[in-house]
Parts: sequence; structure tokens; C-alpha cells
Amino acid sequence: MTATFPYRILPLSDSSMLIDFGNTISPEINDRVLEAYHVFSSYPIPGMVEAVPAYSSLAVYYDVMKVRDLNPGILSSFQWIKKEIENKMLHPVSIPASIREIMRIPVCYDLPCGPDIQMVSEKTKLKPVEIIGLHTSKTYRVYMLGFMPGFPYMGELDEKLILPRKSTPVQVLNGSVGIAGKQTGIYPFDSPGGWHIIGRTPVKMFDASREVPVTIDAGTEIQFYPITEYEYQHYQGGNS
Amino acid sequence: MSINIIRAGILDTIQDTGRYGLRHLGINPGGAMDVYSALLANIIACNDKNDAVIEIHFPGSVFQFESQAVIVITGADFNPTLDETVIALNTPVHVNQTSILRFARPITGTRCYLSVSGGLDVKPWMDSFSTNLKANVGGFNGRRLGKNDILPFKNKHLPSEEKIIRALDLSPDANSWKTLIFSSEESMFFIRGPEWDILSEESNSILERESFIIQNSSDRMGYSLSGTSLTRKHQEEMVSSPVAFGTIQLLPDGQLIILMADHQTTGGYPRIGCIITACLHLLAQKKPGDRIRLKECSVTDAESLLIRQQEYLSTLEKEIQERVIEK
Repeated sequence: MTATFPYRILPLSDSSMLIDFGNTISPEINDRVLEAYHVFSSYPIPGMVEAVPAYSSLAVYYDVMKVRDLNPGILSSFQWIKKEIENKMLHPVSIPASIREIMRIPVCYDLPCGPDIQMVSEKTKLKPVEIIGLHTSKTYRVYMLGFMPGFPYMGELDEKLILPRKSTPVQVLNGSVGIAGKQTGIYPFDSPGGWHIIGRTPVKMFDASREVPVTIDAGTEIQFYPITEYEYQHYQGGNS
Repeated sequence: MSINIIRAGILDTIQDTGRYGLRHLGINPGGAMDVYSALLANIIACNDKNDAVIEIHFPGSVFQFESQAVIVITGADFNPTLDETVIALNTPVHVNQTSILRFARPITGTRCYLSVSGGLDVKPWMDSFSTNLKANVGGFNGRRLGKNDILPFKNKHLPSEEKIIRALDLSPDANSWKTLIFSSEESMFFIRGPEWDILSEESNSILERESFIIQNSSDRMGYSLSGTSLTRKHQEEMVSSPVAFGTIQLLPDGQLIILMADHQTTGGYPRIGCIITACLHLLAQKKPGDRIRLKECSVTDAESLLIRQQEYLSTLEKEIQERVIEK
């Protein structure tokens, strides 16, 4: 256990509670969120449905009827769950080391894989090769998944690459690697999107036939490495 | 033992009560918009509560039965006809082989549910039958139903239609569920959300005083509302955080959006409130152009209403099951 951060526990709906560490993107706070997520997913509260981690908050969803059935005599599922969450939050456990492993993801930054790289180059006054250099120069933490199945929100980008998102979303292809604000992400599916697309990975981000259909977990560290368009077309491996 | 689709509807999908346990991977629960009617369709058909049902929007598919069956239709009234004869909602109906089921016109509501006694024989994905159109998984090949699709149903030893009907008629409040489903009620109860405090004093009184109109762009993901623009105390950008079915988000232009069954798992707009679960089936049957009002209630009241609703369904299920076995 390291430093503690203040948090609020409040209802998100009539069958879910939010543990809110404030409106910030910080690795330390995200660590607290992931520790809490690990506690709730490893030692679920009776009647709990699931827990969902985000940047600086965690939601705990529960089944009102199940909570009552499993805990006869309680007056309200809401009050009871709130108490249980308060108790659990006092005893965090550390995040399993396996989650912290670095996953290397190949990205083709050439056209047509990165349709917005020229525009990013104009706005940032960086050459495409410098953009690629900066994007691949560090590892990114996957803070959370959201938006669509398997979409990882990663950060933080080098300051020189920070741009506001597009004002109107455009159609984006699956595997596209985008940047917006301090974040970078990968679109697992074709979708409208407002991030600037600088490359595309051949790694499948979602596969319904796998036991865990999603490739990247919250908490993972991601390092991108550049590949040529030829390598993109003939890519055979998983991630390395 | 199957149903063939001889004409495709606008948006008909296989659904159930939702797919849970995968939200941390960005996979939303989805499921029926009006879970209450989906449950009712299975309960009256003597099915398992979580069996697959077909969620039908108007104009709906035209179905032809390849074998006889007992079906139940709940939710919206699209004036269903079986070989040109109007059939009742919320009651088991015997269907002859080669009969054709059509939905003639929308009378009330936005989506109806069709269950087949014995259950549809579709493969679950991650423990759920619901169709996830984003990931193309679940339901029928992960997509909406189309012309020439063949939906098999299970060849179980079934209680006959008469048995089910008799069971229903014997129940003390035999018809009460029929009135429970529909109401022209405009008021939707909500509880305060995590960012309730962002609303200005003035806006927070507008919220309950004025009504909101459901916009044309509303769909299974969310209902856009139009009304007096609401103002906020400060313009702070929010980092993405979890949301729920019913979450009321405040958009930058001061309008509201209510997240529905196919909502994303997380969102970046202030969550000023959340529609209570016991009201979601009423909201799910509203259509673009309808007017709603928002009324605040406590979490405890929200819970009591939900419990009453769930206990009602459980009692109905138990009575039907017992009486079907008795006879």
C-alpha cells in the first residue's frame, strides 16, 4: 500500500455504486482504481454483478433482488452494499504483477494506414518520422477500456503530440491507432470516431472465439513499434 | 420446429435480459430495451426467464411457422395478426403449421417481444442470447434478423396452450399484468447522479418543472431529449467514467440524453441523474415525439418500486408453473 487518496462512494443508478477519486488522469490514482477493481473482482460482495474500472473511478453493479435474497433481514440493498464497499475499500490488495507486463503492438504508420498523419504533421509542425518517433518512444498505460468492446484508453502522449479531437467524427477502420488530447487508443471495430488516425495495427483487438475476447486489459503497459505496409499486409503473429 | 422470416423488419433482434460480467472489457450488457416485457413473454410461455426472445420494432418482420407452436407477444401493440386474425397480447396463442404472423400497425409502444413456448434454439455468446450489433456477436449470427432466416425452437415436451391458459385464468389477479405494462404515464422517476451538483440552481428547478420531448435520433443506444437548455455552474472537462442503463447525461449544448440498453460502458459527459430501473420499461416504450417529465425520488424508493415489480413477476411465474404442472 502506498499513499491514500480521498474518494467518494455514491449511487450511479439504483443498482450500482460509484467509487470516485476525482476528475483526473494520473497513474497513481489509476493504480488505486485497479487495486480496488482487483479486490471487488477477486472477492465479490454477495449479490454483486460486476465491477468496472475507469480512469479515476470504479463502478460496482449489483442485483437488488439477489442482494436481498443472499442477505435476509437487510433493510435496503443500497445501504448494505454501500457499507460493504466502504469496508472493502479499507483493505486494498496489490495489483497482480502479470497485468503490468509490457505488450508490444506493431503499427503501420504509412498511408493508407495512418490517413491523418499529414494533418497531424501540419498542426504539430513535426515531420511524420518525428511523430512516429515520439509515439513509439515510450510505453503507455492502459487506464481503462470503454467506448466499444476492447477499446483501450492509453496515456500519456508526449506533449508535442497533443491535439484536440476532431469536431465531427469520421468513419474509422478497425485496428486504427488514434490520438486525442493526452490519449492514444486503438479502434477494435470499424466505427465513427473523432480521434486523429496516425496508424493501424494488424493485431486483432477483439476475437469472439477466444475465452477472453479482448486483447488488452486495463493496467497493461503498451509499447508500439513501427512496421512497413508490406509487414502489415503479411502480418502473421499475435502481439509480441 | 422453426420460424421462417419471409419479410425482414426494420430492426428485429434476438435479446434476453442482458450479458453481464464483461463491462470491464468495454462489452456492454445490451439485452431487451423493455426487460419487463421480455420477462413477461417468457413467464407466460412457461419458459426460463432468460430464454431468447425476439425484439420487434415497427414495421416488423413477417414470420411463417414451419410447425405448430404456442407463442406469446408482449410489450408494444403492433396489432399482431395470425393468418389475418387479430391475436391478443400477453396471453399464450396456439399457432398452426404454415400460419403467418404479421404486425399490421403501431397502436401503442415502440417494441414488442415474441417468445415461443419451449424457447428459441439459438447459441449463447458469453452466457447471453442478446445481440451485440457493434461486435457482431450473440443472438442470430450477431446481426439483425433478415429475410429467409430460419429460427429453430426447442423440441421440448410442452404444456399445451389450454393448460397455460387455464393456469392463467385460475390465477387470482389473472389480468392485472395486462394493465401493468402500459401506461400513458409521462413521469419518469430518477435519482441524482454523481455530477448532479454541476447543474445551476435555475436549471435544477427546470428539470422537474418542464417536460422534455424525445428526439428522432433516439435509438437502442440512447434517447436524446429536447427541452429548455440547462446551464451548468462550471465547464470542467470530464474524464471517462462508468455509466448505467438509464443514466441521464448533460451534453455541452445544455440538452439531455438518457442512455438505453445498447449504451457504451463509459462516458465523458456529466451524469446528472439516472432513471430508476422500475421505470425503464415505460421509457423503453416511448417513441420520438413523446413527452416525458422527470421526477426525483430517493434510492430507497427506487429500490422499493423495483422489488414490488420483481416480486409481482416471481409470483406470476410461480403460479403459472404450479398450475401448469397440477393440471
